[in-house]
Order: sequence, then structure tokens, then C-alpha cells
Amino acid sequence: MYAEQFQKSLKAVEEAREANIALEPKRMTAQQKEDLLAEFHPDYRKDEFTELKIGPNKGDKVPHELAETLQAHARISAEDVNLENPQYDVDVLIIGGGGAGASAAIEASDAGANVMIVTKLRIGDANTMMAEGGIQAADKPNDSPAIHFVDAFGGGHFAAKRELLRKLVCDAPEAIKWLNELGVEFDKDAEGNMITTHGGGTSRKRMHAAKDYSGAEIMRTLRDEVLNRQIPVVDFTAAVELILDENGKCAGAVLMNMETKELMVARAKTVIIATGGAGRMHYQGFPTSNHYGATADGLVLGYRVGAKLLYAETLQYHPTGAAFPEQIFGALVTEKVRSLGAKLVNANGEVFMHPLETRDVAAASIIRECNARSNGIETGSGLGVWLDTPMIEKIGGEGTIMKRIPAMWRMFDKYGIDIRKEPILVYPTLHYQNGGLDIKEDGETTNIENLFVAGEAVGGIHGRNRLMGNSLLDIIVFGRSAGKNAAQKAKNTQVGTMTLSHIAKFEQEIEDAGIVTDTVSPKLLPSYARK
Amino acid sequence: MENMVNVFLFGKKYQVPDNLTIMRAMEYAGYELVRGCGCRNGFCGACATIYRIAGDRELKACLACQTKVEDNMYVATLPFFPLVKQVYDIETVNTTEQVMMQLYPEIYACVGCNACTKACTQGLNVMQYIAYAQRGDFEACAEESFDCVMCGVCSSRCPAGISHPQVAMLARRINGKYLAPKCGHLEDRVQEIKDGTFTELIEALMQKPVEEMKELYNTREIEK
Repeated sequence: MYAEQFQKSLKAVEEAREANIALEPKRMTAQQKEDLLAEFHPDYRKDEFTELKIGPNKGDKVPHELAETLQAHARISAEDVNLENPQYDVDVLIIGGGGAGASAAIEASDAGANVMIVTKLRIGDANTMMAEGGIQAADKPNDSPAIHFVDAFGGGHFAAKRELLRKLVCDAPEAIKWLNELGVEFDKDAEGNMITTHGGGTSRKRMHAAKDYSGAEIMRTLRDEVLNRQIPVVDFTAAVELILDENGKCAGAVLMNMETKELMVARAKTVIIATGGAGRMHYQGFPTSNHYGATADGLVLGYRVGAKLLYAETLQYHPTGAAFPEQIFGALVTEKVRSLGAKLVNANGEVFMHPLETRDVAAASIIRECNARSNGIETGSGLGVWLDTPMIEKIGGEGTIMKRIPAMWRMFDKYGIDIRKEPILVYPTLHYQNGGLDIKEDGETTNIENLFVAGEAVGGIHGRNRLMGNSLLDIIVFGRSAGKNAAQKAKNTQVGTMTLSHIAKFEQEIEDAGIVTDTVSPKLLPSYARK
Repeated sequence: MENMVNVFLFGKKYQVPDNLTIMRAMEYAGYELVRGCGCRNGFCGACATIYRIAGDRELKACLACQTKVEDNMYVATLPFFPLVKQVYDIETVNTTEQVMMQLYPEIYACVGCNACTKACTQGLNVMQYIAYAQRGDFEACAEESFDCVMCGVCSSRCPAGISHPQVAMLARRINGKYLAPKCGHLEDRVQEIKDGTFTELIEALMQKPVEEMKELYNTREIEK
């Protein structure tokens, strides 16, 4: 139930609903999109970016908060740990227990490697768990990996590294098959055909889902499989620094118990960074749909030993974060709500855009509607527009919401809003790190040997904007591949003499560049306690 | 003006604004959370919490990130509960009801008290999905348990020592892998890719100048 202040606008939405359902809004032209993004997308706000003064991406601009953490002091110095007697000695060390890390672990163990996962929270505490809408794969007869490629390449503004994107789309059906054979329950019809929908910017309906718990269903299954294989998972333990050998190859990591702060050393022949995203950095003050641990740790770990970043300046603001009630402010409202037919409607009850434009365009369009055009609704926590969820029941029939998006119903029902009968208020929320560490097709970083990256910590797979359903896909495709390749590489690797000399070198660079900072990194967790 | 309420975090009294979730109330009180905080959005089950409103006999359970504080609320979080997770090989697992007797025989000791269902933070009919598991109806068990976030509150209340979320996990995997209908078009596509059916198309895209890719993208046909 909405309070009195919303009723006038709500009435306009209800009165226009029938007409709005029938309306087929025009998609924007390429030029209209470009102009919209330049004026309203947060990535284009020049005053929100800082030029990096040190490191492999010196001269590049990244968000202030990221620059601060990339150019911060290490949490430890070389003297704090004894590298002579590592507590852990493995073939493949995986940092991060989300979808990419778990996929990598399963494949590395399949390949016969001695593999270990270290995660600062629990296995499965990750953005993967929170991915709702689905996973893309071109497996229908009217679709092909080539069409998937064009959709993703264009949606990412033609900036993706093509060899990475090729791998993403070509390995997609096999990734779905792998998941299904692990027991992931995809939505299927009685004949076994996948029930698929559109996502923003897709030209074919290739979004596979497990209701609106797609990521949770994938993550809990992967976690169960990791546990079945009895792969060691060291939880509540963060990697705080990578270790190189005398030849500059990656050779392990320094770990820190999150509760006791004890430091430990893990020696490894190959290391996979699978640390995920950065929503909890709250770039530009945005709320986030991300997990508590999404603090760009992997980028920091890699950057400090000299690994390059790609497109670190591009972030994804999901168009539909919850804007009301304030208890769930910024929480993800899956794009699948729009895939199922709900349209975005302004305060006057007008549909102001096609609901399935790409995410960057949709987010910019909502920001324009609320700010420049003053057609937003004041929610108490800021502005928002309506997402007219009752349309779904009218289009798909009664019961569609409970069958296809039960998590969304539950999320709002807890606050007395029945999305089957009432629309919801949304505004963009910080959702995804498009950029990250630069990798080759096999998942190894372009310039640090034996250091692999998978999942959201990678940059370049999606270019400058990612399509819905391509991140669940990328963590599986590149997670599996990194696991296999890191296991293979480990077979022919002898770890040299471990060193943490890069720390002092980096500290010197900080000093030489005249950077004055008290910040230490990686950040590990956001600081939300009231001071 | 914020309305303040009294909450008792692990028994200690704090005054917090009444519009906060339990999780945010803890942070408002000064807690830096490490355990008991995960997705902050109701999907991960890290913040299982048990509470009682003073004067009320009933212990209630919730997710701290999804529940507003109330006046005189006594809160104890349950960020870890030692569930029994049996190890099995999904490739060779028995897919009939006997598997439950092998791996989770305690489900047959269910006394029907329904404490699991009453405690479920997701409002699921937990006792019902255990009943489905008992009789080997894994499809029904999978469907009934689908929204489970595996927080473990149900198991903390179970007199029979059942690890309900793990039972359901097993049922869902068996259903997903073995019982649900196979997907023909998926198998076909995987084979086509192996056979190189799309190689030429993809390689052409790898070489195409950006201007031509733009043309291709901007004029592509979009399925209705």
C-alpha cells in the first residue's frame, strides 16, 4: 500500500495501464542513444573521475573511489610474513568463492590439480547468488552464436575484445549443458524446451532462467558440487597481497583471517583471481545491488603487482534498482520484470521509453526523466519512476508473477506492496563492473605469468556495457576455462623463490608521485557502522 | 523527525530509528559486520536471525536484511548453523526414494511438529517438502523448496535433527539432472558448435571493421 503522497500519480498509472500495454514504444536510434548517454550516463560525468598517477594504467581515468583504493598503501609490509614456511601449498589457488571461483575449482579438480578456494566470507557469498534474471546462450533454432556476438558487441559499444567475446558466445550452450548436468533446474516446458525471454538489447529470446533465482540456483548447485568433491574452502579469509617469484611470476598470496587478523601464506603454482565486482565502492554515491563483499579487491591485488586494467572507467548502473521503500533502496529489481512485459512509466502515467533498451541507455533515460524532465516521483529516498508490474499479469495471465518472478513478489510483499496489483518505484543502482583485469583468451593476465582472472574481475569481455544474462554466462565460461588452464599450467610450473618486494616498490611509486593518503587496500568490506 | 525504538542486540539495549532493518540497526549501533551479513538483499541466507518481542511467548525467525526492527525486539543472529551435508557423486547417485534413506535417513524421524515451517524465513512449507522427499517425489520437493536460501533456521528448530536445506538441495539436483525433461535444442546446438557449423560466420565477425559491425548491429532484426 502506498501512502497518500503517491496516490495521484498511481491513479494516472492505473488509468493509462490498458493503453500503455497496447503501446509499442519506439526504440531509440543510434544517434539518440549516443546523445542521451553523453548527457545523462554517470560514466560520462568528467568530474567523477581521477587520473591514475602510478601503476600499469598510469594516465588512465577511473572513478575517484577506485583511484583511491588502487593507489593506497598495502595492508602489510614484506616483514610481516615469513615466506619460508607457507601454511598452504597447492597447485591452483582460487581467490573468491562466487560462481567463477566455484566453476574454476570444479574444473581444476577435474583436471587433477590440487586446488583450494580462499574466500573472505563464505563460499556462495557473491554477486552470483543475487543474479536474478537469467543467463544467455544461443541455443534456439532461430538463434546462433554469431547473432549473440553481434548483440553483445553492439550493446558493449563495439569495445569488447573480440577473442573473449567469441569464446563467451561459442561456449555458451556447452556452459548451460554443463550446469544442467550438474543439476541446475532451468525453466523448461513439458518437452524440455528452454523457456527463454528477451533481455535489454537482445535480438533473440535467449535468456534462460530458473524463475528469478537464476544466480542463486546456479550458485547453490556449484557450491554443493565443490563440497561433494571435498575441495578445501578456507572461508572468512581474505587474500590481502599476491606473492610473485624472482622472475615476476605469480606464486601465491598472503591471506588474512577476517576475524583474528592472523596472516598466512599460500604458495601456489598458479593463482586465479575470482573476486568479483565493486558495487560496495558506491561510485558517485550510488546505492548498489551488489553483495556486501563487492569492493574491487581483485583489481587492487592485480594492479599492485603490475597487472593491467581494461575499461576500469566503465560501470554498469542497473536501470531498475528499488527506489522505495527505503529499506530495500538500491536492491535489484530484475530486468526480467521488463522481459515479461512491465513498462517504465513516469509520474504522469506516460511510457517514456522502450522497456528493453540496453542497460546503460535505460539507466540514462530514467535519470533524464527524473532530473531534466522533472517527471519523476519523490520516494522519500530520492526520485524514481514507476515500473508497472501489474501489466505482467494482464499480458501473461494471472499467476505469471508467482511462477516467473516469485523473489520479486516476496521482496516487496515484505513491505506491504503486492506487485501483482501495484506498480513499484525504481531508479538506477550501481550494479556491475564492466572493466577489470586484462586477460588473454585462456584467462591468464596479459602481463603477469601464472596469474589468471575469471568473472566480474575481468575487463574486456563485454566492452563498455554488458547485456543482461551475459555475466552469469561469463563466470561459467571463463571460470571453467581459467580452472582448466590454470591446472594445466600448474603441471609445468616450478615455483621459484617467493618475494613480496613489489610492496616496497609500489610504496616508492606512491611517494615519488607525491600521493598523500591514509587509505589501505584491498578494502575487503565497506564501512557501514555509524561512527 | 525519526521515531526511535528500543532493540536488544544479543541482549544489550540500543535506541535505533524505527525504519531500519535489523541489519542496519546493528550497524547504526556500531557493529562492523563480518559474519551474519551477505547479499543484504534476501538471497544468500547469511543473516538468519531469531527474535522475540518482549512479552510475546513466540520465538520468530527472519533474515536481518529483510526485516524492520520493532520496539522491544530481542535479537540473536544465527550466521552459522552446522547443517549435515552428505557427500555424494551426482553422476552415480541413486535417483529413487532410497537415496534419502541412504543419505538423510533422519527425515523419516520427522515428528510432524511443523516447527520448520513456522520458522522458515522465506515462508516456505518446509515440512511439506520434507514429506515429498520422504516419498521420493523429488520434483514436488524441488518445486516446494525452490525459494530456499539455506539459512538453516528450520534445522535449528527441528527435534528430529533434519538438515532440511540439504535434503532439498539433493532433491533439486536429482530433479534438474535426471527427472526434468531433456532439452533437445540444447544438445543439438552444442553438437553444431563442435562440428564447426558457425565457425565461418564467427570468424567473419572477428575481422569485420567496426563501421560494418555498427551497420550490422543497428539494422539487425529483433524477434518479437
